[in-house]
Amino acid sequence: MAHPGRAGHRYGRGVTRTTALPAHSQAEISTEIDALAAEGAADGHRGPQPRLDYAPYRSSLLRHPTKAPQQVDPEGIELWAPCFGERDVHALESDLTIQHAGEPVGERMVVTGRVLDGAGRPVRRQLVEVWQANAGGRYVHQRDQHPAALDPNFTGMGRCLTDDDGWYRFTTIKPGPYPWKNHRNAWRPAHIHFSLFGTEFTQRTITQMYFPGDQLVGLDPIISSITDPAARELLVADYDHDVTTHEWATGYRWDIVLTGTHRTPTEEEGA
Amino acid sequence: MSGVRTEGDLAPTPGQTVGPFYGYALPFDGDSELVPPGREDAVRLHGVVTDGAGAPVPDALLEIWQADADGAVVRRPGSLHRDGWTFTGWGRCATRDDGSFSFTTVRPGRHDPDRAPYVAVTVFARGLLDRLLTRAYLPAGEIEAEELLTSDPLLASLPAERARTLLATPEPTGHRFDVRLQGEGETVFLRHA
Ligand SMILES: [Fe+2]
Repeated sequence: MAHPGRAGHRYGRGVTRTTALPAHSQAEISTEIDALAAEGAADGHRGPQPRLDYAPYRSSLLRHPTKAPQQVDPEGIELWAPCFGERDVHALESDLTIQHAGEPVGERMVVTGRVLDGAGRPVRRQLVEVWQANAGGRYVHQRDQHPAALDPNFTGMGRCLTDDDGWYRFTTIKPGPYPWKNHRNAWRPAHIHFSLFGTEFTQRTITQMYFPGDQLVGLDPIISSITDPAARELLVADYDHDVTTHEWATGYRWDIVLTGTHRTPTEEEGA
Repeated sequence: MSGVRTEGDLAPTPGQTVGPFYGYALPFDGDSELVPPGREDAVRLHGVVTDGAGAPVPDALLEIWQADADGAVVRRPGSLHRDGWTFTGWGRCATRDDGSFSFTTVRPGRHDPDRAPYVAVTVFARGLLDRLLTRAYLPAGEIEAEELLTSDPLLASLPAERARTLLATPEPTGHRFDVRLQGEGETVFLRHA
């Protein structure tokens, strides 16, 4: 089978990749993950955010800052978030299954939830962007050389604005897991990338939503970089049969909380 | 259950790396041009993102957010479909194969008479597990770099060689602001907790 633009990368049965195999096994990576999880539990230093210095994710080795971030009160522009509106996002952009002439292959699903700030207030009329692999685990991206089929009816990119109660809603196809080169036999759990703006620039977040019951989550160094198991759970959506619709699509619920400055809602408590 | 949040359950949703495959999703036409390049008051804000080995990072994504030339925070939509006239204060730029990025914008005005104007910068990259926040101060004209290092509270709180990583270097057509993720000359990143 010819793959234009992928000369030298033949992955067929019995054919070895031309690139060198990574040195470490999943078992070795999992041992590293477990050791760092134990370290996090022991020193109580695990926060809600991922560790940036996280060797099991090999690409982080040269890309994490070595100095502690400088603590500073947000001021001026940092206290505000960029503003988006109807002019930026068309209502149909939230349906990833209607961007081409035909129906995409895979399990049609709806993912919906609320975007909240640290005080539980809805983040209103704000931009949400998503991107994801298709049902076979393949991205529409030149650097993705996973030999799964591209789907001519699926691009895997969507946008929406939250409503006045902070709700977002996307119709899409359940993404497949995909292999990557972090270590030998490395597979990313199925996930949807989410890009979020809050009410302050300091709340800017890009993250990934995972699916309940996915056995690959426990093997994955990227989600494991959040060493607090309770915080990891916050990235896993719920299957929600009330979102599932009759003879149409399965449904998932995933709420997002953007705290930014990590302020506690003290002004609300006194009220 | 984790998908539904209630009032007693408002821990922040953790970040995750932007990964390698955002290229067909996040960039958009005109993303890095907050103003058209030909405009009289347009300035360039550009640089290179490098890693701990000094190698360029070809799969990083930067966003900037800033006040307008008068120091006002504008609250105008339209960044994703720019009309060439509306300044929204926000832009996005993916690095190229040589790690470079380039924005066209205006110099932010002072938002506070006692503070130096700056451009807020967010950095995402494959290999970077959560976003990094920093500031690019644009010294020039009435506010020289040396003055900034003593007068601005954040800059004055840092050792001079660290503070310098936040100063964009004036050039004839704008400012150069390199982002070093790790190692010698590592950029000062901010925490607002
Ligand atoms: Fe991905």
